[in-house]
Amino acid sequence: MTVNISSLYQELSERVIAAGSSGQPLILKGGSSKQFYGRNVAGEIIDLRPCSGIIAYEPTELVITAYAGTPLREIENLLSERGQMLPFEPPGFGDNATLGGTVACGLSGPRRPYAGAVRDYVLGIKCLTGKGEILTFGGQVMKNVAGYDVSRLMTGALGTLGIILEVSIKVLPLSEFDIALTRKTDFTAALSDMNAWAGKSLSLSAACYHDGQLDIRLSGKKAAVAAARKILAMEESEAGLDYWRQLREHQLSFFNNNKPLWRLSVPSTTGAMDLAGDWLVDWGGAQRWLRTDEPVDKIRRVTAQAGGHATLFRGGDHDGEVFQPLTPALMKLHLRLKQVFDPDRILNRGRMYHNC
Amino acid sequence: MSSVIERLCAVLPDEAVISGAESLQVYECDALSAYRTLPRFVVLPADIDQVQAVLRICYEENIPVVARGAGTGLSGGALPVADGLVLSLAKLNRILAIDPERRLARVQPGVRNLSVSEAAAPYGLFYAPDPSSQIACTIGGNVAENSGGVHCLKYGLTVHNIAALKILTMEGELLEIGSEALDAPGFDLLALMTGSEGMLGVVVEVTLKLLPKPVQQQILLAAFDSVEAAGHGVAAIIACGIIPAGLEMMDNACIRAVEDYVHAGYPVDAAAILLCELDGVPEEVKSSGKEVADILVKSGATEVRMARDEAEGEKFWVGRKAAFPAVGRIAADYYCMDGTIPRKHIAGVLQTIADLSREYGLGVVNVFHAGDGNLHPLILYDVAVPGELEQAEELGGRILEACVAAGGTITGEHGVGIEKINQMCVQFNAQELTLFHGIKHAFDPPGLLNPGKAVPTLKRCAEFGAMHVHAGQLPFPDLERF
Repeated sequence: MTVNISSLYQELSERVIAAGSSGQPLILKGGSSKQFYGRNVAGEIIDLRPCSGIIAYEPTELVITAYAGTPLREIENLLSERGQMLPFEPPGFGDNATLGGTVACGLSGPRRPYAGAVRDYVLGIKCLTGKGEILTFGGQVMKNVAGYDVSRLMTGALGTLGIILEVSIKVLPLSEFDIALTRKTDFTAALSDMNAWAGKSLSLSAACYHDGQLDIRLSGKKAAVAAARKILAMEESEAGLDYWRQLREHQLSFFNNNKPLWRLSVPSTTGAMDLAGDWLVDWGGAQRWLRTDEPVDKIRRVTAQAGGHATLFRGGDHDGEVFQPLTPALMKLHLRLKQVFDPDRILNRGRMYHNC
Repeated sequence: MSSVIERLCAVLPDEAVISGAESLQVYECDALSAYRTLPRFVVLPADIDQVQAVLRICYEENIPVVARGAGTGLSGGALPVADGLVLSLAKLNRILAIDPERRLARVQPGVRNLSVSEAAAPYGLFYAPDPSSQIACTIGGNVAENSGGVHCLKYGLTVHNIAALKILTMEGELLEIGSEALDAPGFDLLALMTGSEGMLGVVVEVTLKLLPKPVQQQILLAAFDSVEAAGHGVAAIIACGIIPAGLEMMDNACIRAVEDYVHAGYPVDAAAILLCELDGVPEEVKSSGKEVADILVKSGATEVRMARDEAEGEKFWVGRKAAFPAVGRIAADYYCMDGTIPRKHIAGVLQTIADLSREYGLGVVNVFHAGDGNLHPLILYDVAVPGELEQAEELGGRILEACVAAGGTITGEHGVGIEKINQMCVQFNAQELTLFHGIKHAFDPPGLLNPGKAVPTLKRCAEFGAMHVHAGQLPFPDLERF
């Protein structure tokens, strides 16, 4: 890469320090593909895309390290050329998604229940704190218990604890064989099947129920997938593997709707929930997309009763609380951590919670 | 002092409060036994309310608290603080629920690691992290250390295999972190707590993820005439898109020590051997087994053996599992290190270790989790020879520094504790350490939880080099260590 990264870092750091002393909030900006996510924030935009490029990638190490502004697509293309992938199947929600935004938002795709989330694959991070300090945590190795796990703490923190500059991520080999299968069924049977199958060695890599149809994807060694197919006796789906890409990117017709879109994260065995609207059940039952006009309080209450939490994903009021409110004790801890990383509260202030 | 005892006895049964010097001695160290400190009290609460009551008393009386599970830790993380209290969680030892549908186990912190998989077995499920001390070590300790094991290349560490925690803060607040869903709102405190070495809170309940038990295993053994070639073998397996359940390497010194001890049938002339465990459904294991055997031959293995049945596979593993005690037979004492490096540097770092070994005149035997680059060099010394212990720990420190220089870390799975606290000054700079102290302060403002462990003060780093501390032996001789 041609840009001088250390001078870019220097500039960023100076901007953060200046913002801190003047109390000017900053809005961290990558590819803006997930700008809709989280609460509305005000401030000066700080564009992080100039810090872009792969720093290190050796397929046999199963690790890629890149600058946070690197387009997600560039990383995925490079990995797939070498027969590897980001196992958490991150949604890009557009062509401009960056690695840093992907890690900061912490969103994972259909493979998540079977392979893990973004945070499970983040090995190390270089970041710029609200004090303008450039710090490094974790590393490029799989096992590392030196110091607190700040890399994973930053994952999904929506940039409120620091500006992610570089990330090291564990990658995995692409599966040798994938197949999409489908079956007509009802919700109760689908939920029961998805949970039962997840407890068996069936090479499951995705499972979703929508509108009377159960869709699954099997991935793995050809021999293993073939063995699982015999047991499951399902039809090959006409939409094929592309269905899962469309689901991940919210391109299915279900997502074409003007009602607010909620993401309910619940225990995978949770039965039908008392909320009116259109449902799409992903993650083997653990992630439920709901298009609804139901009142916010009711959605939060019903989801909490099920042992989960509700996020207003798209549409609706993003000036209010978007994420499930925390207990007072947990909120106090969040504010204390914010104080440690960003004492002047300038980084993406309020993106996650009102004061945080 | 008597008033503190009275207060403790008011919230706990008398037999759950220990203060006599003789009884306290049992708790003076963990498995890093060269570091010993007598605590002022040991308490053994039996439920969350009792733990909370003890913490409130300690908070009010300003008494340091060191939480303790089975005491099998290798880095002195459960070493008592003088004048402090040891909070043993051994009595919180119940498996509260196994939920086969959700594939979760809710357990108290004092539950032994292995007993979770035993309880889950009737449902065809298991708990993946399997540290070598799993017969004795407890889940609370596993969370504190982010324990791994031989299968973490494929199945991950503790942080990947827990869903929720209940913790008590030093201020006595009960926090629920994570959930039975796949994520939780707010910051990822579940990750932050995992591996925090008892510095941030006391874990009083853990919800563990259970995975489907693999139907079949296949074990391969490959011999190489150089460590470098064995390293290439590891890379070649990964390059072919196969993630083995376990991938272990031993060098020649280790092979010989093991063969003398358990007669596993290892090739004693090999410079290194690799043990590879594949798992899955029978069809998959069969095809991957052939594939891996071909890869190993192509990458220069002088011999590849495929276990014909479970019994032979067991035999291949016996030697690996006996590596630590086997080394214990050839030296008066040994000191186990725990660095992790990028795999591509295995040969280079092993060369550095060999050079250091010659420089210090102390033997080093290498056995490690090759799949994830986690080295366990065993430094041989004799505590009866004046100065050798100090030489051994200095050599150990330099090995860890070589790991950091190769882009690795000072501890892969044993934790920093008190043992590697000086090397933390090598891996992190003052600003990073200050941030760690800030995190600790956010959870534990008075700084009473496990003080002096895991994160060095800047003052200590400034003094680093002038200090001499003692390295230790394993006090659990009957535990397999690998």
